[in-house]
Amino acid sequence: MLLDKKKKNKAEIPTSSLADIAFLLLIFFLVTTTIDTDKGIQLVLPEKGQEQKVRSQNIANILINQSGLVMMDEEAIELRLIAEKARQMIRENDNIIFSVKTMRGTKYDVYVDVLDQLKQANAKRISIAEPEA
Amino acid sequence: MKFQMKSKVGTEIPQASLPDIVFMLIIFFMVSTVFKESSGLSVVLPDAAKIEKLQGKRDVATIWADKANRVSLDDKIVEINQIRHLIYAKVADPLHPMKLVSLRVDKDVDMGLVTDIHEELRTAGGTALNINYSTRTAAD
Repeated sequence: MLLDKKKKNKAEIPTSSLADIAFLLLIFFLVTTTIDTDKGIQLVLPEKGQEQKVRSQNIANILINQSGLVMMDEEAIELRLIAEKARQMIRENDNIIFSVKTMRGTKYDVYVDVLDQLKQANAKRISIAEPEA
Repeated sequence: MKFQMKSKVGTEIPQASLPDIVFMLIIFFMVSTVFKESSGLSVVLPDAAKIEKLQGKRDVATIWADKANRVSLDDKIVEINQIRHLIYAKVADPLHPMKLVSLRVDKDVDMGLVTDIHEELRTAGGTALNINYSTRTAAD
């Protein structure tokens, strides 16, 4: 009978590419996953009891006070101009040491900004002076 | 001839279960992987532009200091005058000597606290003098 003829389509999902999809997902997540790395400004602290005398002409004093104002070589300076001034000083004197002096109430944020500026000027010799109380 | 009769056994590896194996591997590693919880204190790091990446987290000691002037080392809140002993023990560790100290300090912390930590590290000496101020990457 014609009416009894049912369609006998096979309804299979193709599974041959499933492995490819799984691998693709695996590779996608392998590539996009980033493990949080630590980054920052690196510095070497001076050893204890090894304070050296340096000729005053080779030292550039940078003072940061509690309210975040910065003084470089006896004159107030804007924070973002430190890099330029430091670069100029290095050009004039290759042996210059930047001595960063803070006060106990100075905010760490400003201190890091100053160090960042000095690093931007490629200053190699940075010293940290003991803060004034 | 009798000798020419070769057995015609199919030598195919069944590949139908390969995706199952791959998925199972993925799921196994997803379930068994434990990320180290970001232990320590909640701090807002300062921004800086000229930053260097740390070589790795191995042999690095991390000291945290938050706005409330609490200091943490090795997942514990510590007194400042204890840092020298803890860090010295790490520097003198014969198997994994510490190479660097990473300071994760909140940007609103006063320099007084940071200086006290510096002094502790200088007392410990050796590789404890190598420090890193952790920062975020500045936007500009």
